[in-house]
Amino acid sequence: MSAALEREWSRFTPRQRIGRWFLWLGLVAACVWAVRSIEIIPEFLADAPEQMADLLVRMWPPDLGHYRGGVHDALIETLHIATLGTVLSFTMAVPLALLAARNVCRAPPLNALANLLLVASRSVNSLVWALLFVAVFGPGALAGVLAIAFRSVGFVGKLLAEAIEETPRGPMEAMDAVGAPWGHRMLKGLWPQVQPAFWGVALFRWDINVRESAVLGLVGAGGIGVALDDAINFFHWDRVATILLAILVVVLVAEVVVTRLRKRLI
Amino acid sequence: MTRRQAFASNWQGRTALIALAIYCVYAAMQLDISWARIAVGLGEGARFLGRMWPPNFERWDTLVEGLVESLQIAVLASALGIVISLPLSLLAARNLSPWWISGPARAFIALCRSLHYVIVAILFVKAVGFGALAGVAALTVASMGFIAKLFAEAIEEISMKQVEAVRATGAGRLAVLLYGVLPQVASRFVGFCIYQLDSNLRNSTLVGIVGAGGIGGTLFAAFKRFDYDFVAAILLSIIAMIFLAEVISARIRKALQ
Repeated sequence: MSAALEREWSRFTPRQRIGRWFLWLGLVAACVWAVRSIEIIPEFLADAPEQMADLLVRMWPPDLGHYRGGVHDALIETLHIATLGTVLSFTMAVPLALLAARNVCRAPPLNALANLLLVASRSVNSLVWALLFVAVFGPGALAGVLAIAFRSVGFVGKLLAEAIEETPRGPMEAMDAVGAPWGHRMLKGLWPQVQPAFWGVALFRWDINVRESAVLGLVGAGGIGVALDDAINFFHWDRVATILLAILVVVLVAEVVVTRLRKRLI
Repeated sequence: MTRRQAFASNWQGRTALIALAIYCVYAAMQLDISWARIAVGLGEGARFLGRMWPPNFERWDTLVEGLVESLQIAVLASALGIVISLPLSLLAARNLSPWWISGPARAFIALCRSLHYVIVAILFVKAVGFGALAGVAALTVASMGFIAKLFAEAIEEISMKQVEAVRATGAGRLAVLLYGVLPQVASRFVGFCIYQLDSNLRNSTLVGIVGAGGIGGTLFAAFKRFDYDFVAAILLSIIAMIFLAEVISARIRKALQ
């Protein structure tokens, strides 16, 4: 009786405690290692507040007159790149998603192949895709559209395949039982079930793509990034401020549009 | 009486689809995209791939240096971002702070999130000069925008009963946070932090393109010098590193659950 009372209760077993202690030690060690060996020039760090203030002073007031001349067209081009890239990514992602979904395509090697392609698309960033396509197609919006499309395929394909795999089998089996051909089965058995997920993914990715297409121009792939790069290279910081404001507004508007459309569609 | 159709035609949907198709053609014309350009590009693409193969790992010391710097940027940016996000998310949570604190805090978080990290990196390169410091700063801002938002949402979902219970014992503000709030959200916080470390690692391989340190600078330089075999080597090692990090973080996540 008294032994039970005097027993000391603790939250973790000794092994867990040692494990947690080592985990924290590892985290702290990683931070210390990074701080000590990273190349940081102290003069630059000391100079930073002054430079930052200088930057803000040069940015103010923003050269709003520049918007009509050099920003507006680039901004529209950015939106075109984002939208076309999203549409193109869907034309590639839908077949891949059907191949990757194990309840639609019953050949494991094809599932694995589709998944491999999706992972490959996801693991290369859109800026790197843009670099590759600029090297292939030359600078311009085409490289931007393809970069956005190829980066989105992995993301969209993965989410669509998951949505397809989660659908109940009933409608498909019913279509099968009445002898419907493959196309009808997909269109009337599968599509109505994945439709909400499809539009949700499309809107979500479009929103991301609007943000991403704004920087593609830094490597020459068209859009407002080109205008931004030019303004920075010429040290026109007041124009940079205008462009940044324009990007900010477009991103916010895109977010509002997506929220509205999502409410209507889903 | 009209017969009810089993599969009614969706005229609204069809019109929207046709409109989308017309828009695509119009946009493609605006962007000056044509089959001729694509055909030329495909020929170039074959040559490009030919020059990328085989990948050239001869300058592996430069490669490893860049990868290590990217890793350092990711670790530091995640650590700083998490440390700053903790108080920021407490300020932004609407159930713990009054509206005149949570409003500005939420606006600040939204501002951090709305600009792409590469653009933020450009600004920091101007402010603190070329090098890893700019990368760390840019990714810290990006991390703040992302995890502070998720932290704040997690905090808003907690049950207030436990907070009230701790408060009823006469505990101070800090004790309420430590024993009433933190235990409810700790496991989700750890999940967000691992996710952020993962995505910071991806992003840190890129900020070098604008001169903010890491492997991205090496990659961009190799592109500019048309060293496409070295480009292939860099891309392969970046993918390998990201893949490895993903496997490790998936394991950690599993171990934590």
